[in-house]
Amino acid sequence: MSETTAKVRKSLARRYRQEKRFQAYGILSIGVGLLALLILFTDIIGKGHSAFFEHYIQLEISLDRDVLGVDDASDDEQLNYANFGGVIKEALRERFPGVDDRQQQRQLYALVSSGASYNLRDELKADPSLLGGTRNLWLLADDDVDLYLKTPEKKRPEARLGDQQKQWIEDLEAAGDTEKRFNASFFSHGDSREPELAGIGSAIVGSFFTMIVTLCLSFPIGVAAAIYLEEFAPRNKFTDFIEVNINNLAAVPSIIFGLLGLAIFINLFGLPRSVPLLGGLVLTLMTLPTIIITSRAAIKTVPPSVREGALALGASKMQVVLHHVLPLALPGMLTGSIIGMAQALGETAPLLLIGMVAFIVDIPGGPTDPATVLPVQIYLWADSPEQSFVAMTSAAIMVLLAFLITMNTLAVVLRKRLERRW
Amino acid sequence: MDTARELDNRNRADDDAAKPLIDVEERSMQDTPYPEKTVGKPFVDAPKMKLRHVNVFYADNQAIHDVSLDIGKNEVISLIGPSGCGKSTFLRSLNRMNDTIDICRVKGELHLDDQDLYDPKLDVVELRARVGMVFQKPNPFPKSIYDNVAYGPRLHGLADKKYDLDEIVENSLRSAGLWNEVKDRLHSSGTGLSGGQQQRLCIARTIAVSPEVVLMDEPCSALDPIATAKIEELIDELSESYTIAIVTHSMQQAARVSHRTAYFHLGRLIEVNDTETVFTKPEHELTEAYITGRFG
Ligand SMILES: Nc1ncnc2c1ncn2[C@@H]1O[C@H](COP(=O)(O)OP(=O)(O)OP(=O)(O)O)[C@@H](O)[C@H]1O
Ligand SMILES: [Mg+2]
Repeated sequence: MSETTAKVRKSLARRYRQEKRFQAYGILSIGVGLLALLILFTDIIGKGHSAFFEHYIQLEISLDRDVLGVDDASDDEQLNYANFGGVIKEALRERFPGVDDRQQQRQLYALVSSGASYNLRDELKADPSLLGGTRNLWLLADDDVDLYLKTPEKKRPEARLGDQQKQWIEDLEAAGDTEKRFNASFFSHGDSREPELAGIGSAIVGSFFTMIVTLCLSFPIGVAAAIYLEEFAPRNKFTDFIEVNINNLAAVPSIIFGLLGLAIFINLFGLPRSVPLLGGLVLTLMTLPTIIITSRAAIKTVPPSVREGALALGASKMQVVLHHVLPLALPGMLTGSIIGMAQALGETAPLLLIGMVAFIVDIPGGPTDPATVLPVQIYLWADSPEQSFVAMTSAAIMVLLAFLITMNTLAVVLRKRLERRW
Repeated sequence: MDTARELDNRNRADDDAAKPLIDVEERSMQDTPYPEKTVGKPFVDAPKMKLRHVNVFYADNQAIHDVSLDIGKNEVISLIGPSGCGKSTFLRSLNRMNDTIDICRVKGELHLDDQDLYDPKLDVVELRARVGMVFQKPNPFPKSIYDNVAYGPRLHGLADKKYDLDEIVENSLRSAGLWNEVKDRLHSSGTGLSGGQQQRLCIARTIAVSPEVVLMDEPCSALDPIATAKIEELIDELSESYTIAIVTHSMQQAARVSHRTAYFHLGRLIEVNDTETVFTKPEHELTEAYITGRFG
């Protein structure tokens, strides 16, 4: 074995060791990342999954005309003022006779959610013949009751309910008069002080309108800016200056955009606060740099030979852009835009500043109705003292994450799909 | 503008790679004086393109020095010369592709028939429909074969009906000798063809707008000998209906396809003669040095 070979052997061994070590580092860091993700997901899903269900209590309710103060169940006006609370209280007293003390009565009444009246009204509206009769009906339980029923047997003694109340709930459960149902209102309701009535409906709709406004503004503006800068703008100090500033803009903390929105859109232009239109405008400012930068990158990847070919056939500059550059760059532009939109969807800070942090009960009907958005709703709930909101916060986070993952997947799929033509 | 700069950066990178090392021979040749005037027969009767005192500058750097040349009707003229001598630059000024390069300026009188090419009133779209160009690297659009060929006619509104367009596409592909190979897959992608087929597709695309002059910048340099032979055959056939100017590095190719040959040296047009004369009895020393392979 010659001297060189020996040396090479030795250095080879070292090189392989180095390579192995390097790979190990890589795997380790990916492992750490995945672990963090796993912990995050287990925590959120563990906390949040229970919020997708809620409990109902069955009571025998007599829809007495006198107590309700209704003589015609098909008259909406009357139904709106009917004393459903009265019949529910009566039903509860009947179910648990012998509760005479006022204090105790109040505790008894607290078993049923204040939203149960609406349950009842809807039932009656759907079937006016119920009036005057007696029926077994399922009513939405109060959030404390719900929480109690969701806690495993062992931990129940710690619950924040009176002993008497616990007894009543146990009784109802034993009699099969409690039921766990899918919490559809979580998706359809707006915010509420009562956790069992609160939902992310208005936040989702608010997010939707905000995103629509953002998309409709930032995509065309961003793409147009990118095309102009990339294809038409002369190369000089001024365009260099613009380019540097677009890159700077991408790095500006988002809360600054909120301040800008406050100063310009609200104070200067007098736009109403708390509306998706305003949120969309602010988020447009925020996503524009991302879209411009990714779109320019996409345009740069269009081979110059294709442009030359089209020019040599007599295409004008505009035609080269429309016929060749845009179609080829579109997948990249779309991907960039979707990722920008996903960022915007998760954005909270700038929206807090423009008043989208309001307590919104109604589902907004358009981009000019007051609304809140998902991440802000999460922020609001995370701040709430009621224990039930803990689960709801996590549930809302799950929904938000689901949206984000869907959007990012869409971006990847779209890119794969459209790139095949290339 | 960014794109243009990038375009020519890339072009130049290509050229650099092709540039052979200067050898001893060339240095000695550099002492050979340039002729006062282009030697040989640069002018013909009733030319298709009449080019006089053409000077081309890249910023302050002059790439073409006072070139005067005629291109006859239905003739194939080949432009040869060492790398970097300005063949591409000269060719690109004939259909104003140099316009896409910011720093490039063209001076002189350039006429296509009676039309001044650099007349400010002239629309370059119209000019490029009359003077087509085929590039060194095949550059089909990432569209179907049909759309590649139909692109030019559509652009200029040459066909009113689908039927007419079909006919133009078929005829162009036939003239380019590609029809039989692609007639069953007209709607599959043009980028899926082989290199030689792609180049013929580009030729079909160029002749689909019925240009009067076709410029070719080293159209075979990316192709194997068989594909090259096909293209050369094609050039021969095309010369019946088109005027062709072709830049080539292959002297055999110039000898095979062209009627006249123009020899460029460092931005100057040294000699233009019938192809046979150039390759058998070159008049100028520089030409002789080049074709005998002493440099270039
Ligand atoms: N876009 C450009 N900007 C600046 N200078 C350029 C540009 N394109 C070409 N040149 C210069 O002009 C001269 C002629 O270049 P050209 O590409 O015309 O040579 P060529 O004869 O085609 O060479 P090759 O045979 O290698 O293709 C070269 O010195 C080159 O450096
Ligand atoms: Mg060249």
